[in-house]
Amino acid sequence: RDFNERCAQCSEVNWGLTDGGRFYCRSCHNVTERTREVVNTDFITNSRVQTISKGLKKQGKNDGGCEWYICEGFQLVLKKQVEALQALGVCPQMKDEILCNFWRCYLQKSKQAYCKRPAGETVKALSVCESSTDVDSDPERPSLLHLLSLSESEGDLQTDCSFASSVSKVSESTSVYSGSVDGSLYLMKNQKEKLRMTMPMTLSFCYLALLWVREPITLSELLRFVVEGHIPYMNVFQHFPEKMKLCGLDLKIFCVESWPVYEEVFNKMHELAAFLDLPRFPDITENCFLHPDMLCMKYLMEANLPDELHNWTCRVVKKIGIGEVDFLTLMPGNKSTRKVKYDVLAAAVIVVVLKLLFLLDDHYEWLLSEFAEERNKNNTEGGPYFEFKKWYEVVKHSLDVEQKKLDEEKAKYLWRCEKPLFYSVKNKSKVLKRRQMVVNLQNQFGKLSGSVQRAEKPNPSSFQLSWSEENTDGSCFHGHSLKGVLQEKCGLLTTMNPDYWLCTVKLCNEKLCGHLAHYREVEFPQSYHFVLGLFSFLLRIQPSYIHDEVCMIEHRLFNKKLCKKLKYNSVLRK
Amino acid sequence: SSNEHKLNFKKSKEACLSYIQDALLQKQWKRAAEFLTCYVESLEKDYSREHIGPSEMIWRIGTEILWHHSQSRMKEFNCFMEQMKTLGVKRYLKVCLEHVFHLLCNGQIDEAYQNLSLAESWRFGEQTAIQDKEIKLIQAYRGLLDYCSWSKQKKILLQHGEDGFEGLAVEQEMHNYFRKAAVNLKEIIKIPGVWDVFVKCYVDLLEFYGEHNEARQVLNEYAYNSKFPANPNAHVYLYQFLKRQGESKKSLISALKILHDIVPSHELMIDFNTMLQKSKKRKKRQLGLEVIFAALDYAGWKENAKAWSCLARQVKQIVISEKHLDWIKQEWNARKDWWPDFHFSRYLAKRNWQENKSLSCEKALVAGILLGKDCKYFKYVSHQGCKARLKRFRMLKKFVTRHNPVYLRISG
Repeated sequence: RDFNERCAQCSEVNWGLTDGGRFYCRSCHNVTERTREVVNTDFITNSRVQTISKGLKKQGKNDGGCEWYICEGFQLVLKKQVEALQALGVCPQMKDEILCNFWRCYLQKSKQAYCKRPAGETVKALSVCESSTDVDSDPERPSLLHLLSLSESEGDLQTDCSFASSVSKVSESTSVYSGSVDGSLYLMKNQKEKLRMTMPMTLSFCYLALLWVREPITLSELLRFVVEGHIPYMNVFQHFPEKMKLCGLDLKIFCVESWPVYEEVFNKMHELAAFLDLPRFPDITENCFLHPDMLCMKYLMEANLPDELHNWTCRVVKKIGIGEVDFLTLMPGNKSTRKVKYDVLAAAVIVVVLKLLFLLDDHYEWLLSEFAEERNKNNTEGGPYFEFKKWYEVVKHSLDVEQKKLDEEKAKYLWRCEKPLFYSVKNKSKVLKRRQMVVNLQNQFGKLSGSVQRAEKPNPSSFQLSWSEENTDGSCFHGHSLKGVLQEKCGLLTTMNPDYWLCTVKLCNEKLCGHLAHYREVEFPQSYHFVLGLFSFLLRIQPSYIHDEVCMIEHRLFNKKLCKKLKYNSVLRK
Repeated sequence: SSNEHKLNFKKSKEACLSYIQDALLQKQWKRAAEFLTCYVESLEKDYSREHIGPSEMIWRIGTEILWHHSQSRMKEFNCFMEQMKTLGVKRYLKVCLEHVFHLLCNGQIDEAYQNLSLAESWRFGEQTAIQDKEIKLIQAYRGLLDYCSWSKQKKILLQHGEDGFEGLAVEQEMHNYFRKAAVNLKEIIKIPGVWDVFVKCYVDLLEFYGEHNEARQVLNEYAYNSKFPANPNAHVYLYQFLKRQGESKKSLISALKILHDIVPSHELMIDFNTMLQKSKKRKKRQLGLEVIFAALDYAGWKENAKAWSCLARQVKQIVISEKHLDWIKQEWNARKDWWPDFHFSRYLAKRNWQENKSLSCEKALVAGILLGKDCKYFKYVSHQGCKARLKRFRMLKKFVTRHNPVYLRISG
């Protein structure tokens, strides 16, 4: 947008940006070699010299590498991810219209592109490919270890130490290694205000875009697809083009060695939305997949619970107002509204409904189950009543099987990929040798693994547990009736269970300790723990998050009673 | 914190290892191989701070799997070991040595020898000095294999006689092997340790060539040098050597005394008791009684007829002579609370009678003296024996009945 030169071909000034960050003429589609950085002529003198020299050295000497910036790398990552999402069936506008615009907005706001480079910033780091030795031995240049420790990414310290020691052996005045131009700069500066890009944040971008178009994918599903390999994340850098050489500090940025956590991606997403100054997102209405009524239906099905429970979830949702458009829709930057975790919320609603109907105190639900069992034995007409005990047995069995599979998968996960990673050219040969040995060993022992072939990636599916009504063994509870636990009072259907226990009487201050409540398994009934565990598995998150939401819902539901009680308490104390 | 449950590389590999461990313990080699395949990429991470790194894990686990897996062949095994040797300089010699052990188990003596020679000639800067002990071990095992070759030659020699050209050639060969073996074996046994097999072989060599003094020295060192770990076998070897040399009973007894102190249940206790019983010295005879009682304290000796006959003989002899009944009393005092149930129950009486009549006879004598003629064991066995009209049981009955007052004096 600051580029005002005339196109070499058609003399027009009508520029657009390619994916690679190059300018192209919209009139005649002539692609220039100039990247956006080069365009800004308001550089201070130093960088001006650099840009010129950069232009000459474009096609790098040694190994055909080229200069590339970290944000270009992330752009590629995002591209891969959104393409994968499109393959999963997400609407096509996501890529070019939505995610692309979010990204450009981010680049602009974080002053990495589309803007004037603020004075005082120069790109000091040199790329390994250039292997130049004309380094200004700047005493203020931060030490390698300092840089490494500043990085937020995981990596393990041992590798860092060995890297640091191996590099420091080379030379005191050697520049900081990175394949990219600004790798070290990226890690060095305190970019808290500018929201530095990280791998987990790519998923925040994706989810932001998904939310904008209100796609029927929840965040937990997205993360599950990532773990299952349907969306590139772990070793996505292996798809970078050949000439984008990745080494040194780039690894710290792009090579993650842990799976992203829901909370992290979620929080970053909100930060991002605020940072980008986005307007209010499209409304989440009752027909929307992310609305609690819809999600509850899905989760009820997946949890093999009776469809009739849906009436109850809708009632709870209505009563506490979490189905309202204003509650559900994202308003970036608005600190007073609660950030909504749609999936966790829906799961928590179901848990609350189960507590309402069955109490889940390790006694009452089994009692009710016995009654239902009796009735079912004697009366086979009109469909079976829902028996908690049977449901528990069936679901627990499936859950255990799936959990065991999942645990084994986690242990068998292969983290490395074919593309070799090395911190410096010096240990390249060592790394390659090791890789070769690993491959040899994998072949040797792979053959001895017997007939067990590594299963093909299962097709991405929305449902992890499925229950069919056609099964004659009665293991599907969707059609079961809740009559056994309900009674009519004054023309209204209400629960037989008259009691309810609160997960916590007083909520914590989320801002202080990060949680509304603190979940300790031993303090709660086994049935409650089981139900939390079930949804914890389905959503792939810790039970404590669901517990937090349950507490929140309970406090809204029983708000009046609680207020009375607290008032009463405080009166007593006086 | 919320990041504790994050699944990362380290946790994933730890989980992988525990699956491998379970599979190994249950001998599920295929499953172990499956998980090991996933574990090997740990080699690409640096674990220099951990106590045991992935390369050592992979070496040990891989060895187990390849050794036991039904589809694994020696060729693959050897190939794997060669790879492992390149993985860690600090472990090189250890891996070589263990590889040699496996080759020996598989009967590949020549390959084992080659590997040992190769390993012996390995040099790697300061590592060579650091791994000095391993080098010595390697040399010792090579010496052992040389001894085996020497042994083979000896057999040939003894079979075909010493005459003629062939005999000379064989002798020369033998001498070559002897020299090579002796040099290495001598070195290793200087270092404090448990070197049973090396000591035995070395002594064998020395004895053959008449170097009895040196042999004696070696065995004495091995048995009595306090720097060496306490080792019952050392005393056994010494005893056997002294016996072969025809040494006096006195030195034989002193060799076995220590063995009795360390391992009262050793099988040589019978020999020991026999020697002691015959001794003219009173103290020695008393020791004999101690020894045999102590041996029979162990469950493994319960049905040992020879041991019981030793005890019976000595008890009988003491009872007849009417001297030194206090010896029996002393030994019995410590045992009278539990030996009756341990050795002389009615159940055992029946069983012993059914399975081994000599055993039951000897035991019955002891029981009769120690517990009196009315005790369960004696009553049952002697009754059965007399019923079967076996002479020695009649004599048994007579003897015990005649000497019953002794029981009263012992138990009083």
